[in-house]
Amino acid sequence: MTTTDPASRESWSGNRRVATDSGRVVRISGPVVSATGLPHTRLFDVVRVGVEQLLGEVIKIDGDLVVTQVFENTTGLQVGEPVEATGEPLYAELGPGLLGAILDGTQRPLQNLSTDGALYIARGADPPRLDRDLRWDFRPAVDVGDRVGPGDLLGSVPEGRAIEHRILVPTGVSGVVTSVRPEPSTILDPVVDVDGHPVAMLRRWPLRRARPVANRLPLTVPLITGQRVLDLLFPVARGGSAIIPGGFGTGKTVLEQALAKFSTADIVVYVGCGERGNELTEVLEEFPELSDPRTGAPLMERTVLIANTSNMPVAAREASIYSGITIAEYYRDQGYDVAMMADSTSRWGEALREVSSRLEEMPAEDGYPAYLATRLAGFYERAGAVTCLGTPERTGAVTIVGAVSPAGGDFSEPITQNSLRLAGCFWALDTALSRQRHFPAVNWLRSFSQYGLDEWFDREIGSDWSPLRRWASAALQDEGALQEVVSLLGVEALAAEQRITLRIGQALREDLLQQSSFDDLDASCPPQRLLAMLRVIHETGAAMRSAHQRGVAITAITSAAVLTELGRMRRWPPDHVDDSATRLIQRIAEEMSSL
Amino acid sequence: MTTTAAHPAFTVGHRTVTRVAGPLLVVDGMDGVGYGELVEVETGDGPVREGQVLELDGSTAIVQVFGGTVGIGRRETSVLTRGRAARTGVGTDYFGRVLDGAGRPRDGGPQPVPDDYRHVNGLPLNPITRAHPDQFIETGVSAIDGLITLVRGQKLPIFSGAGLPANSLAARIAAQARVPGDDAEVVVVFAAMGVTRREAEFFRTEFLTGGAAARSVLLLNLADDPTIERLMTPRVALTMAEYLAFEQQRHVLVVMTDMTAYCEALREISAAREEMPGRRGYPGYMYTDLASLYERAGRVRGGTGSLTQLMILTMPDDDITHPIPDLTGYITEGQIVLSRELDRQGIEPPIDVLPSLSRLMNAGIGAGKTRDDHRGLADQLYACYARGREVRRLMSIVGESGLPVEDRRYLAFAAAFERTYLDQGPDRRTLAGTLEVGWQLLSPFPAAELKRVSAEQLARHHHEASATATDD
Ligand SMILES: Nc1ncnc2c1ncn2[C@@H]1O[C@H](COP(=O)(O)OP(=O)(O)O)[C@@H](O)[C@H]1O
Ligand SMILES: [Mg+2]
Repeated sequence: MTTTDPASRESWSGNRRVATDSGRVVRISGPVVSATGLPHTRLFDVVRVGVEQLLGEVIKIDGDLVVTQVFENTTGLQVGEPVEATGEPLYAELGPGLLGAILDGTQRPLQNLSTDGALYIARGADPPRLDRDLRWDFRPAVDVGDRVGPGDLLGSVPEGRAIEHRILVPTGVSGVVTSVRPEPSTILDPVVDVDGHPVAMLRRWPLRRARPVANRLPLTVPLITGQRVLDLLFPVARGGSAIIPGGFGTGKTVLEQALAKFSTADIVVYVGCGERGNELTEVLEEFPELSDPRTGAPLMERTVLIANTSNMPVAAREASIYSGITIAEYYRDQGYDVAMMADSTSRWGEALREVSSRLEEMPAEDGYPAYLATRLAGFYERAGAVTCLGTPERTGAVTIVGAVSPAGGDFSEPITQNSLRLAGCFWALDTALSRQRHFPAVNWLRSFSQYGLDEWFDREIGSDWSPLRRWASAALQDEGALQEVVSLLGVEALAAEQRITLRIGQALREDLLQQSSFDDLDASCPPQRLLAMLRVIHETGAAMRSAHQRGVAITAITSAAVLTELGRMRRWPPDHVDDSATRLIQRIAEEMSSL
Repeated sequence: MTTTAAHPAFTVGHRTVTRVAGPLLVVDGMDGVGYGELVEVETGDGPVREGQVLELDGSTAIVQVFGGTVGIGRRETSVLTRGRAARTGVGTDYFGRVLDGAGRPRDGGPQPVPDDYRHVNGLPLNPITRAHPDQFIETGVSAIDGLITLVRGQKLPIFSGAGLPANSLAARIAAQARVPGDDAEVVVVFAAMGVTRREAEFFRTEFLTGGAAARSVLLLNLADDPTIERLMTPRVALTMAEYLAFEQQRHVLVVMTDMTAYCEALREISAAREEMPGRRGYPGYMYTDLASLYERAGRVRGGTGSLTQLMILTMPDDDITHPIPDLTGYITEGQIVLSRELDRQGIEPPIDVLPSLSRLMNAGIGAGKTRDDHRGLADQLYACYARGREVRRLMSIVGESGLPVEDRRYLAFAAAFERTYLDQGPDRRTLAGTLEVGWQLLSPFPAAELKRVSAEQLARHHHEASATATDD
């Protein structure tokens, strides 16, 4: 077995806890604890703080003083307590058993944090991140004598009903397969030997480092979200990134959850970062009951949940984003399409701010540290569509959707502005729309998508997709401008032609863009159905115009009873949308011509 | 906090105060003290004050003094440590009592006998042990029951403005709250921070006279009590409430007022520590601090109790984007917003339903819980009222005559909605009554305009009025 650069080597051993250094606590300020007597410690090394061995991480070194952030509550900790350095950075544990798991920000399974029926999260627990006793049915893909290198497929185990968990050669390892053990194994059991060295299924990877890929690919395929306003007007590419900024109550969480339920990803990593406990409970209660729209398996089996709620320690909130993205990359490397939802990235930024202020760093805008932009970039840049390392050739993707919670709902604040520069989609939620109960409250005039996906939609869904999309977009724009006139002069001030535009704009808003997540029939909408609905509205506009040309009074046209049929499109039976659309177009044309 | 006499075995050393800065002391010689620990500050004369360690640097500690630092000098003051964080007694013996902001009796009565003691900061509930709140609470207030439905275990604030009747709304909800078909009693833990004597008297009469006394506890930190004690008040209240809800399986309603006074105390500490101020001088960690209170609401699996929070905050300048309502709204499960305009018109309670929201409403309503048409009807009323308000705004520009007929119908609806649905005076309405009023208000609209309700529901409940009835 040959190993390359040891620093980039993917570790695959079990729990190693080697104390390289031991020092003493000298200062405590909330999650920030300083120690002396740790001369060999490096930045981002993991430390164990105090007699309870609280997990922490080095965030600053200043002469003899090593400053750490502690991922647990530090109440009761005393000056003079021991601090151990492990000489290793914070790792994610990767392997079978992640799907369906519910983890805290440092990947501790929440089940193991409240034992014996306790309700609360006890302190100092350090359970293994992945179950070490479960046996997985390892099915090898290599034979003795095969030559393998990093990323090559060694074999797989079924994880849940729908996902085949692929076990790959760790980075930094290559050689000849000398033994294969096709038997039920724990993640620590060796399943293959390479050059005589045992390789088990467990991988460890430093959270803060992106995992390597062979190649980055252009982003040409959409992640279908099932949300009409997004798929039609602001589609996100597989491997792209989107942000959802919005004041409180505008629908960020409902939208993130809808994406987690209905988007066409193979795997979803959902990070509840500094938000409500009940929202995670909701996911926990709901997801096992729902099924994956594509495989039919329970939704929970494609989901990894990371929960660091607002009342859990702040530093672990900061780590939760990295735990999430590392797990996402790990499945990407197996050749899957992964979507990562982060609700809310602002709480992560605030955790950075809190720690930074306790370090008495020079603040930049709004008290955030000057490195905020770099950290955000480091995160969003881990999205991408890639050719994975190794054979057989695979592609995978990580798409990031981050909610942003701007103070006072004002988008000029640093997190929104910095994320805006990085993300390819900006799905701006609007307080005014949410107060009118227009959901999803995506503001169609302010939002944007930078991904050119028309070609895919035209090819896969219908060749009229992109022309109709442009038409709808323009019609909404025109309606917006006319609404301003109406609010100054009243609707009577508009020409008949303009009132038709107004009515069509209304149909687009109310009958197409609005989509309730609580309506079982309409919570998700496939693109074929979306296109059919759009065609109907487009044809309705044409029918109205021709009625107007025949001299029919404008009020008779805009208030024609048949227009209420547009509101029923969302309840069409799923199997016959095209027929339903054709029939409705015909009916509207007939009724308009009989006016 | 406990006021049990200091046991000599737990009391360690007298330390020297080197600096007094606002509510903070800098104390030397604090070896062996834990972060966040409770200390006692003695000045020779006057009562012993309690404090908490905010920062440790070598043997120097920064201590916040809950009783305020008035009269504390460098010389005669000594600081004693007890080797533990702040605790409070919990139990049913507190019912009927008035306590101060730190949990000590202030009604002249005997020391209550607690069932046990608990740390006031509590611990985070594990998300996997929570049960999602889904049991409808009928408050008797139409705007809430119909449109901003409260459920057991929810945290729902009232965003108020100076002079608006938030206190009476909270008292009314506390008095009337019931779960149809379940006569489990609701117990009330009431935490008042920075309230006036007059307000305190109001709450004392509401909660501690008559039958309510046997199921209520009042913690009072008055406007002229030490401000820093306010940081303790909600924590003591919530600790008592958690015990009752999750160990005694009671249905607990915690009313906290005024969160604005609480946040100001937080700002005071932050300023004294010379921390980097965030928006409007409030500390950057205020979100996390508020979350550590609000997230203590909920229900747990396997338990039958619940902890519901109703907190009142005064929006400075009626500004909903001010950090206090803003951060609160980001944490709580919705908000009830009071409107000065409706209050001026004498509408009682003056709830502006448009910016109001209950995020847990969906879980608590519908067939089998309230009624199958509840959701649709609520959405429809919202949509009509939102449009009516929009038309009203328009009308102020173009005049009523410039409005098309349909628009005038929405205008009339908005007025009727405010007069009948919102303005119910002191009467209590059942949910059925609330739904009934809602459907009646929709009767001027042709069925085709009512897109938010299903055809079957329309057929069952909608009685379209004749066209002439719409012209008000
Ligand atoms: N797509 C949607 N469909 C229906 N209702 C929605 C939708 N999005 C939001 N809502 C409503 O708005 C409320 C607040 O949404 P939420 O996602 O919790 O807001 P945020 O996370 O932005 O604070 C929800 O409880 C729900 O009532
Ligand atoms: Mg949210």
